[in-house]
Amino acid sequence: MRDIFSLFNFSGAGEYLPDLLRGAVISIELTLCVMALSLVFGLVVALARMTRFRAVRAVATFYIEIIRGTPALLQLFYIYFVLPAFGVKFPPFTAGVIGLTVNYSAYLSEVYRAGIQAVAKGQLEAAQALGMSRSLMMRLIILPQAIRIVVPPLGNYFISLFKDSALASLITVKELIFTGQIIAATNFQYFAIFTIIGAIYLAISYPGSLGVQYLERRMKIGYRPQRRAPIGGPTRGAPQGAVS
Amino acid sequence: MIRLEGINKSFGRLHVLRDVSLEIQKGEVVCLIGPSGAGKSTLLRCINHLEPLDSGTIYIEGTPVYRFTHGGRQVVDPDSKIEALRSEVGMVFQSFNLFPHFTALENLMVAPIHVRREPRNEVRRRALALMAKVGLSDKIDAYPHELSGGQQQRVAIARALAMQPKAMLFDEVTSALDPELIGEVLRVMRQLAAEGMTMLIVTHEMGFARDVADRIVFMADGVIMEEGTPQQMFSAPRNERTKQFLQTILERNAELGEDTTAFPASPSA
Repeated sequence: MRDIFSLFNFSGAGEYLPDLLRGAVISIELTLCVMALSLVFGLVVALARMTRFRAVRAVATFYIEIIRGTPALLQLFYIYFVLPAFGVKFPPFTAGVIGLTVNYSAYLSEVYRAGIQAVAKGQLEAAQALGMSRSLMMRLIILPQAIRIVVPPLGNYFISLFKDSALASLITVKELIFTGQIIAATNFQYFAIFTIIGAIYLAISYPGSLGVQYLERRMKIGYRPQRRAPIGGPTRGAPQGAVS
Repeated sequence: MIRLEGINKSFGRLHVLRDVSLEIQKGEVVCLIGPSGAGKSTLLRCINHLEPLDSGTIYIEGTPVYRFTHGGRQVVDPDSKIEALRSEVGMVFQSFNLFPHFTALENLMVAPIHVRREPRNEVRRRALALMAKVGLSDKIDAYPHELSGGQQQRVAIARALAMQPKAMLFDEVTSALDPELIGEVLRVMRQLAAEGMTMLIVTHEMGFARDVADRIVFMADGVIMEEGTPQQMFSAPRNERTKQFLQTILERNAELGEDTTAFPASPSA
């Protein structure tokens, strides 16, 4: 009986909470770094996938299929544990950023692609009829419209990335989960610690998902033919191409 | 000005344009009429290569652009040449296709500034004048979704004119409009015609075609069946298909109780 009750003991929380919060900061930093990089690389990959140059297209497709067909965890392990064998060694945080960026760029590129392809065909024709080159058309007409379409799904990926950053604990990045495990291994207050960790994740994700819903509504304003965007929270593993 | 020579175009097994040749003089207004599926819109879209040709040549002011020679080998002009051609030939679409993320005025300015690299001030001055010309001076800062269909289409015409094109192509520009909005768009087009713009117009507005066209071209099944002055085409068509088509339109208009003065005499007369 005593053991059961000791499970619910939050009394040590004051001591380890600062550590957990430091871990949370690392999680957030990791998420922000990866998101910033993935937003750029994802777009590059998306454009590479739609270019006229067949070889470039093939490389981009190959990359996306490899990434989507293997676990993110395996990709992290590969970068952290396998690459050093070839003399390429990164500190844990850097390896985490690289691994998750490689992973998320592939997914985000599909979001971008779906968004670009969702721009009405008449827009391309109007731009072409005015004599615009492909790059001009992309920059002035297509991307600005695609952005509106992709912002809500990108927001959802942002939130799921925050949760996926926990994977980095397995390559010893001292983020939230990793910190929790270390503390729990010394005081055995698993329930208390992991409940607090859950609360921290939720406290960040939930407002985030409300923010995405707000963006979804914002982005619809002023556009005539808007198909319904998927409503709801984070959608890791959402059907690809299901971009609003 | 624009000369089409032996244009062929197929969509899969559907042969939509069969050896079509047509010449449009500078300042001439030509209306292209015919039943739906005749290939009118496709022909228009081929002129500025929104649809690639299967064979044939298009000459703009005597310069051949983009051609497929026979004998298997294609001669294709580089993109830059086609882009240059497109910037000289304005096009207006059935569905307006204004850029929704730009205001009306920005819609007019974007191509001259970025395609032609003209100075912004000059472009702006011209754009303002064009907005006045289409009667929308008070809507320069409106976004397309804030405009009615008729207003959007007038902006679309102004957008094409902002490039100072040598000719204008109109692809059923009133077909998507509510009936009460058609007049305002046609008025702008009449004015353009009066100013001597070279125009090729695909339309179902027979009254308008009769008034404004120098020449009517009747197309069916991907072939130009007959062409002539409005007077001749509407009062004494020679081709059986033309007679049939005009008869159908006449009956429809009579049924709707609409004005049938487009046809001074019965087409079968």
